[in-house]
Amino acid sequence: MSEKLVFDRPQAVIDRATHYCPGCHHGVAHRIVGELLDELEVTQDTILVTAIGCSVFLYNYLNVDAVEAPHGRAPAVATGVKAARKDKFVLTYQGDGDLASIGMAEIIHAANRGENIAVVFVNNTVYGMTGGQMAPTTLIGQRTTTCPSGRCMEHEGAPIRMTEIISSLGGVTYAARAALNNVKNIRQAKKFMRKAFQCQIEKKGFGFVELLSACPTNWKMTPIQANERIETEMIPYFPLGEFKDTLDEGGTC
Amino acid sequence: MSKQTERIFVKGNEAVVRGALAARCKCFFGYPITPQNEIPELMSSELPKAGGEFVQAESEVAAANMLLGAGACGIRAMTSSSSPGISLKQEAISYMAGSNTPAIIVNMNRGGPGLGDIGPAQGDYYQSTRGGGHGDYRLLVLAPATGQEAYDMTIKAFDLAYKYKNPVMILGDAILGQMKEAITPWQPEGIDDEAGREWSLSGAKGREKRLIKSLYLEEGALAGQNKNLQKKYEDMQSYVEYEEFETEDADLVVCAYGSIGRIAKSAVRNLRKQGHKVGLFRPITLYPFPSAALLALAKQGKKFLTIEHNLGQMVDDVRLAIRTVADSDFAPIYPGNLPIPEDIEGPVLEWLEGK
Repeated sequence: MSEKLVFDRPQAVIDRATHYCPGCHHGVAHRIVGELLDELEVTQDTILVTAIGCSVFLYNYLNVDAVEAPHGRAPAVATGVKAARKDKFVLTYQGDGDLASIGMAEIIHAANRGENIAVVFVNNTVYGMTGGQMAPTTLIGQRTTTCPSGRCMEHEGAPIRMTEIISSLGGVTYAARAALNNVKNIRQAKKFMRKAFQCQIEKKGFGFVELLSACPTNWKMTPIQANERIETEMIPYFPLGEFKDTLDEGGTC
Repeated sequence: MSKQTERIFVKGNEAVVRGALAARCKCFFGYPITPQNEIPELMSSELPKAGGEFVQAESEVAAANMLLGAGACGIRAMTSSSSPGISLKQEAISYMAGSNTPAIIVNMNRGGPGLGDIGPAQGDYYQSTRGGGHGDYRLLVLAPATGQEAYDMTIKAFDLAYKYKNPVMILGDAILGQMKEAITPWQPEGIDDEAGREWSLSGAKGREKRLIKSLYLEEGALAGQNKNLQKKYEDMQSYVEYEEFETEDADLVVCAYGSIGRIAKSAVRNLRKQGHKVGLFRPITLYPFPSAALLALAKQGKKFLTIEHNLGQMVDDVRLAIRTVADSDFAPIYPGNLPIPEDIEGPVLEWLEGK
């Protein structure tokens, strides 16, 4: 009986251990990105723009050309990359502190211009690399090192729902939110990300996917508890689904 | 180079754009601010015709980061702004310097600090020559004094940016940007549009992947990167430009750059007619600073008076250059005033007579 290989490492993913904490979902997100680059046959035509935070080292795990952006500016750097190399697949990969706080202007305007780029937004409701401070997406009541009593609406305002904001912009072709806490949701995440990537490949404009992800270390939870938190606390506030999809209508480009 | 005989009558800002187009600039990222608005305005109409991309960014911060992206792709790209806007661009300029990315940044200096005014000034000398962003880095800084120089230096800036893989700043001011005069455009030859092919990002087809970054976390790695950058800045020292005017028999040498250098030249000319032995030393590269040429003049026993449209910035570099044998006095032109040659002649006469 001959063996049949049914699961392998994508060419776009480098064979090395990641630096992420146990239970972190960056590895899952990286894997999906790598699979899609291969499946869509753009690995060798990709220019990745990495951001600040734990995910800055994505360039160590993907076998693609990459440039490092300042905190929050990845959509602007990607705009410049796309202006310079229109025929390349341009991807940013940003966390919540990066995209929804310091980089709010850059993401909103790149999206609204309908830049023909893809954005993967990893939302774990906390600043990870810097040690667990409050993010714009930190949920009400969630304790962080800079809201030690729990985020309070009166003091810190409401958690920002980025996909809802992005989907309201005229320049956006596709915006969706998925979660990485179980197999079903991971499959859905890949489906959404494929569509977001497809926008650019078909030159139909801006594709955006938010991924609800775990940060067990800064949440002070086990990986399993963290997955459960995504289900019970995050998804009710950050609902999953496709918020805008004009891919079949020809996009915005 | 091929000279064109037809002269054109343009603002300094337009001269910069014409020079950039002649140098085959392919991407421009801008944001409006007075007194440099003709640059993005003209780029928005002319660059697409030349097969390039114009983006009006949402901010100076974004424009400079777009420049980082295009520069990382090895594409001839530039941005322009004026003082408060240049402050906002410093973040990306530090990253470009730290990641060896070529880029052109034009600063039509206006009055400061803060919002200041929209008139000419030279208060951004420190920011331009010391590295206005974080970390140890240097820009090549070119200071044109005329529309023709603005055209010529913009062309040269692209070559220098690629030669050194470093951001280059063209430091003008509101006088240069807004004054209209005749220039003779010329078309540079032998431009290599793919000059960055050895290191730039283009997708890793058929080769190893490339990474353009400024983060070095491993023990000793950042020290190594800074040593490499320092070596580059030392190599840049071989590229200096300056103008000397009537210095040979001068007792007093006026040091001034850019528009003030040009006005000072008229003052020196007028004073010479009156029989005063004065000359002008005009640095054209502000970094690297033409220290050796200035020291040579100092060794001849001359006195120095630095005049700037600020409260004393370049005078530090003048003093550093000549410190072993001489010193320089300083006369400010306060930002907010627009000087004429006569305003400069007064202080020069005072210092000449041994104030």
